[in-house]
Amino acid sequence: MTQTTPERHGRPAGIDARGPRFGAGVTAVLLAVVVLLGASTAGLVLLTVVAVSFLLGTLTGPHRTWQAWVFRRFVRPRVGPPTDLEDPRPPRFAQGVGLVVTGVGVVLGLAGVLAAVPWAAAVAFVAAALNATLGLCLGCEMYLLLRRLRPASAGQQAGQ
Amino acid sequence: MVPSVTLAGVVLLTVLVGLLWRSRQGIVRAPRSAAAAVDWLARLQDAGVEPGRRGTFVQLSAEVCGPCRATARVLTAVAGAEPGVVHAELDVEAHPDLVRAARVLRTPTVVVLDDGGREVARSSGAMNPAQAQAALAALGAGATQDPTRGRTA
Repeated sequence: MTQTTPERHGRPAGIDARGPRFGAGVTAVLLAVVVLLGASTAGLVLLTVVAVSFLLGTLTGPHRTWQAWVFRRFVRPRVGPPTDLEDPRPPRFAQGVGLVVTGVGVVLGLAGVLAAVPWAAAVAFVAAALNATLGLCLGCEMYLLLRRLRPASAGQQAGQ
Repeated sequence: MVPSVTLAGVVLLTVLVGLLWRSRQGIVRAPRSAAAAVDWLARLQDAGVEPGRRGTFVQLSAEVCGPCRATARVLTAVAGAEPGVVHAELDVEAHPDLVRAARVLRTPTVVVLDDGGREVARSSGAMNPAQAQAALAALGAGATQDPTRGRTA
């Protein structure tokens, strides 16, 4: 027997859970390259590309990023249809967390603190690599902790 | 620092975090001593949940939590096969006071309540069927407050 509170109803349509994980793998590779490029303009440019991708995923959903397109176009035909569909909201939240982390690196890099670029990339790499390999969403795990840092009203809006 | 050394360190950190996280997923453990502070029966009533005769799995979930869905499926199956055991899923957004009072830091967190609404076990992270059975076993072991550990077989 299961009882569920009413606010859990009305979920958006499910997406192929392997899509966001593949996308996280692609992102992790890009972030590893940013770390290797170090405190350089090239690193800043590539980190900006990653941050813009996160922005796209945060605004439109994890299934409408260029990584998701690559997955649908080249990977999914080879791995077959999904056996399990996933709520798109957790991976979308993860995109937002990635946007904040890489965004801080981009802003600091543009402000002349190039040393922040590989460090922001390193933090985002840990999260993206864990997501790709284990399906672990670090930002989601920290959601309740993060939420305590914000006023309650902001938390309500984030749920819309 | 040399970038390649930095990357090696970051990869190592990722592996360690991943292993630690995976080893702790869904383990059913005894409640902390502060657990008694929550009046679960009143909380369940506020949430409109009828507690089970034998026990209740209270699962705190979030919209942004992927493993919450899988955990809910596992617990629904276990509770459904067991008369008098109820699985109740509560959203953390709707119950912020409960989240704070019960010191829930992660989703999913599953609190196992006995027939009197006392917390007898707790688990956080995705639960597999073996761990759900361990949570069920905690209902029987509740009186002795045994730390029931639900490691995967």
